[in-house]
Amino acid sequence: MSEVAIIGAGIIGTLIARELSRFKLEVALLESSNDVANGSTKANSGIIHAGYDAEPGSAKARFNVLGNPLFDRLCEQLDVRLNRIGSLVVAFSPSERRTVEQLYNRGIHNGVGDLQIIEREQLLSIEPNLDESAQCALLAPQAGIIDPWEIAVAAAENAADNGVEIRLNFPVQAIERDNGCYRITSPNGQIRAQQVINCAGVFADRIHQMVAPPTFTITPRKGQYFVLDKTAGALVNHVIFQCPTELGKGVLVTRSVHGNLLVGPDSVEIEDREDLATTQDRLEFVRRSAGKVSKNIPFSQVIRSFSGLRATPNTKDFIIEECGEAPGFIDVAGIESPGLTAAPAIAHYVRDLLSRTRGALEERGDFNPDRRPAIRFMDLPEQRKNELIRKDPRFGRIICRCESVTEGEIVDAIHRNVGATTLDGVKKRVRPGMGRCQGGFCGPQVLEILARELKKNPTEIVKNEVDSYILTGPTKCGGEKDRPEGIGSMVEQKAAYHG
Amino acid sequence: MDSYDIVVIGGGPAGMAAAVAAREEGVEKILLIERDRELGGILQQCIHNGFGLHHFKEDLTGPEFSERYIRRMEELEIPCKLDTTVLEITAGREILYINAREGVTKISAGAIILAMGCRERSRGAVNIPGSRPAGVFTAGTAQRLINMEGYMVGRRIMMLGTGDIGLIMARRLTLEGAKVIAVLARKPYPGGLMRNVAQCLYDYDIPLMLRHTIVAIQGKDRVTGVLVADTDENSRPIPGSERLYECDTVILSVGLIPENELSLSAGVQLDPHTGGPVVDEFRQTSVAGIFACGNVVHVHDLVDFVVEESEIAGRGAAGFVLGRGEAEGAETSGTPIDLLPGEGLKYVVPQRMRGFNGEERLDLFLRVSRVYGRSAIEVRHDGDTVKRLKRLRMNPGEMERVRLNRSAIEKLTGSNLIVEAVEVDG
Repeated sequence: MSEVAIIGAGIIGTLIARELSRFKLEVALLESSNDVANGSTKANSGIIHAGYDAEPGSAKARFNVLGNPLFDRLCEQLDVRLNRIGSLVVAFSPSERRTVEQLYNRGIHNGVGDLQIIEREQLLSIEPNLDESAQCALLAPQAGIIDPWEIAVAAAENAADNGVEIRLNFPVQAIERDNGCYRITSPNGQIRAQQVINCAGVFADRIHQMVAPPTFTITPRKGQYFVLDKTAGALVNHVIFQCPTELGKGVLVTRSVHGNLLVGPDSVEIEDREDLATTQDRLEFVRRSAGKVSKNIPFSQVIRSFSGLRATPNTKDFIIEECGEAPGFIDVAGIESPGLTAAPAIAHYVRDLLSRTRGALEERGDFNPDRRPAIRFMDLPEQRKNELIRKDPRFGRIICRCESVTEGEIVDAIHRNVGATTLDGVKKRVRPGMGRCQGGFCGPQVLEILARELKKNPTEIVKNEVDSYILTGPTKCGGEKDRPEGIGSMVEQKAAYHG
Repeated sequence: MDSYDIVVIGGGPAGMAAAVAAREEGVEKILLIERDRELGGILQQCIHNGFGLHHFKEDLTGPEFSERYIRRMEELEIPCKLDTTVLEITAGREILYINAREGVTKISAGAIILAMGCRERSRGAVNIPGSRPAGVFTAGTAQRLINMEGYMVGRRIMMLGTGDIGLIMARRLTLEGAKVIAVLARKPYPGGLMRNVAQCLYDYDIPLMLRHTIVAIQGKDRVTGVLVADTDENSRPIPGSERLYECDTVILSVGLIPENELSLSAGVQLDPHTGGPVVDEFRQTSVAGIFACGNVVHVHDLVDFVVEESEIAGRGAAGFVLGRGEAEGAETSGTPIDLLPGEGLKYVVPQRMRGFNGEERLDLFLRVSRVYGRSAIEVRHDGDTVKRLKRLRMNPGEMERVRLNRSAIEKLTGSNLIVEAVEVDG
């Protein structure tokens, strides 16, 4: 029996779980997928917004402005990379200047500090690759870039370190009231909880409807992106937005926190909540649209395209409230942009909502806010590198040559709390396969390491979800099927043979 | 800091052949650095035959071919650092590498030979839309999983691209009991060798569908199918021509890219046509003392040509460190002549000519950019044709070679040589 069950281990669910792990509460974090951060959290722009976009008075505006400054400390504690490179909303025509001015005023109204409008000359001097038609821009220095799944994985790990129970492969099928608490059923078991927090992203309306009549609906909006090689990352120095229109914020161009160039997204409402396919026509739209920002985007250096889903609610604003018909059931729904930025502030707010019904939450004495630091081998000074290699020689083996990831880092990512169990899980945590060869060389090696460390057969290792098998079985004479016990690998045998 | 006469980066056939050639020229202190746990490079996973027909006049498998060089390396006692990754090289010929035994270590070299080979173009690089399920492999990755690890990658396979590894893998997958539905080529001709088309597709009754491409991959967790479309004269998909093929696997053989991240760290100039360093006839790059050979320079069809080129680089680097004039003196002597790909050519290697290598002849390697019937390759200087080689047929999948004689070239000065392909009537 848990006191609180959180449904959905995206950025919202993981940060709420981590926040609640400060207190003497039994918390379970339930996730339908086999890994945390596997939904919208792993496919978005990764921007920490300043807060001038949202309608004044809205929950989006409030939590955005509250959330932005929380990231410095949070990222320090969770050892997550954050880079406040600032954002620019650029006017490319005289008529767009009005929009920039409106955004400036809206930002002031929302309580965003440090905004300024910069004129063409200054703009082009700090962003020389912008299209010549640029007129002026709204500069927000507090905007930043972050790896959204990195922070969600880190929050989940820190939550687990502090006692949160994380149940992966736990797709919620039913929620029933049972003696004043909730019984949550999945094909892989049941959990009872006094309070339930619904952070189910694009499925939040369905989860809500398991306990109460519908009060909102979610219609996913798909956005498609290009990721370009790191050689293109220096094209821009800020997050570059176009002026928003009634169709949304438009296609942005930014560096990623890892140094790639990110171009996208478009915005299209879809019906299928699992449809993550990219399409030729929409990618073409993204490419054309980004062309307005800069003529110099080297699309020949695209290494990947992807799409993500925004959990757009029909209420047009975040829904963060206790469900009237279901006491103790809290919706945290419709968390589309600026949801990532808002997430830490939302976590605080949900904590306060809980304490309103539960009474004051009692702090644990032993809460550890710091995640065990990530090992980013290549960022270490040379002496530290060599110390690490002496301690564990696996740090001396580069597995992913594009991103320079060592075997030691991969093994660490597997054995951490909420560790990686899949190829994409490893990729999400330490980046082998994120680079220009997209895992062509390192994929088989990462698969082998996963199998070894998890004591599984290589055929059991999947790419992402449970059914995303990679290998179909041994070859006619291959695999391990007829291998006598105690016989080493081909290489080892050969080495023994040659002395 | 340890120092060597020559450090070779990459222990595939190119690196080994270059190291062997340098040692045979009398260079003492050579070191070869290889990422993998054994020498041989990609040849080790090429368990099919067809290697060595030119070089050894024998029909060898990949591992047999590489074994010959490994033996030779042992005989000549050329030391290797295996399981070692070079992180950076500098124009001053310092090399930073990492391995489990020594940690991060810096060494210096009198000359460096780049032999890092190439990598495969990925799905992202060719921009195939659709979902992103498991079951999409590049041909080389599939080859490694099947031939080295002993695991099959799928049962019903659609292959996009007709690179040589892809053609080989279509046959290999068939032999392992998979069904290869078809091999698709965007263009009206295959990208690999005709020999492989015949031996790997025709002989195994695998359909080759020219002027087709995949426009979408389907499947949430694992590939369930692909949408295939016809392509137009610009190799672009024709809207409305799409049809669905059910399959669980997509294999991509859509091109190889010379792997030059290290070259760039030393400031080596790259040729946009090859993707590899600009080299002269010694295979010296734009940075003095840094040489390059094999697929890091341009993607070869046959390992036989790789080792031929690598011997040139090995001798060039030996000349450089032994102070034998040619390569070393080339920096200062005379104005180099640039070789430029003209009409109908994708590229020509070497891109620069300094002193003719002290040899009586110089071989140019080149690739045409489209299929030619009766045709000729012409080498022109200031409007004069200095060499003309007739060909019955040329296609981009087969590297061409033009041999220049010293007598025809040595008096030329100044302007560039332009190499072109021309149609010949009748």
